[in-house]
Amino acid sequence: MATAIEVNCATGEVTERELTAEELAQREVDAAAAAARKAEEDAAAEAAAAAKASAQAKLAALGLTPEEIAALSN
Amino acid sequence: MANTYIQIGSTVTVGSGGAANVEFTSIPATYTDLLIKFSGRSDQAASNGQDIYIQFNNDTGSNYSFRRVYGTGSAAASDSASVSATAGRVGRVTSASSTALTFASNEIYIPNYAGSTAKSISIDGVEENNATASIMVLNAALWTGTAAITSLKIIPLATSNFVQYSTASLYGIKNS
Repeated sequence: MATAIEVNCATGEVTERELTAEELAQREVDAAAAAARKAEEDAAAEAAAAAKASAQAKLAALGLTPEEIAALSN
Repeated sequence: MANTYIQIGSTVTVGSGGAANVEFTSIPATYTDLLIKFSGRSDQAASNGQDIYIQFNNDTGSNYSFRRVYGTGSAAASDSASVSATAGRVGRVTSASSTALTFASNEIYIPNYAGSTAKSISIDGVEENNATASIMVLNAALWTGTAAITSLKIIPLATSNFVQYSTASLYGIKNS
């Protein structure tokens, strides 16, 4: 069972309790949102990497050396 | 320069059962800034560690944004999100895939937390884990809420938990 730890700054009391049904439901919503967000981020990173590789291949086809391509990339 | 640096409440050390979140409540409005020091590790496997999140005043609305730069040890990158998230990203934790017993360290600074404007947050986080990939982040986040911050909750990614020996401390700063 998932638990939450709470520090009451007014009293100094520290309590550990099980998550409420509402908190558990929110956790599931957050998990779904996080999974969707990660999928978007992974797709964007893959697209960026593919675009970079494509650009580097085109530059190489134009006759640029790897050092020249690296200089353009930095 | 700040001339006070007072711990509010007590340091939380997560016990053997882990924790789904760590929350500080009834935060007094008597300081100018807040600082959270958080050392954590997640119980989920992840190749590069995981993000951690914060919510203020139990606000689960889409009122948080972030912008950050990060390095993995071999590459640098940046990312961001507009005000659409239900929690602010505020650093990193190591994961179950990281070297055993390594924990990430984060400092989360919140100026003017008792003011009536949106709250900006600056964060630096590192998750050195004695492995090839080890992310460090420099992160800016924003909560659009205009109420004074009276509670804050630190949350791991998705349905993971903070593991035993993760710690959180809250400090109030005056005259910053």
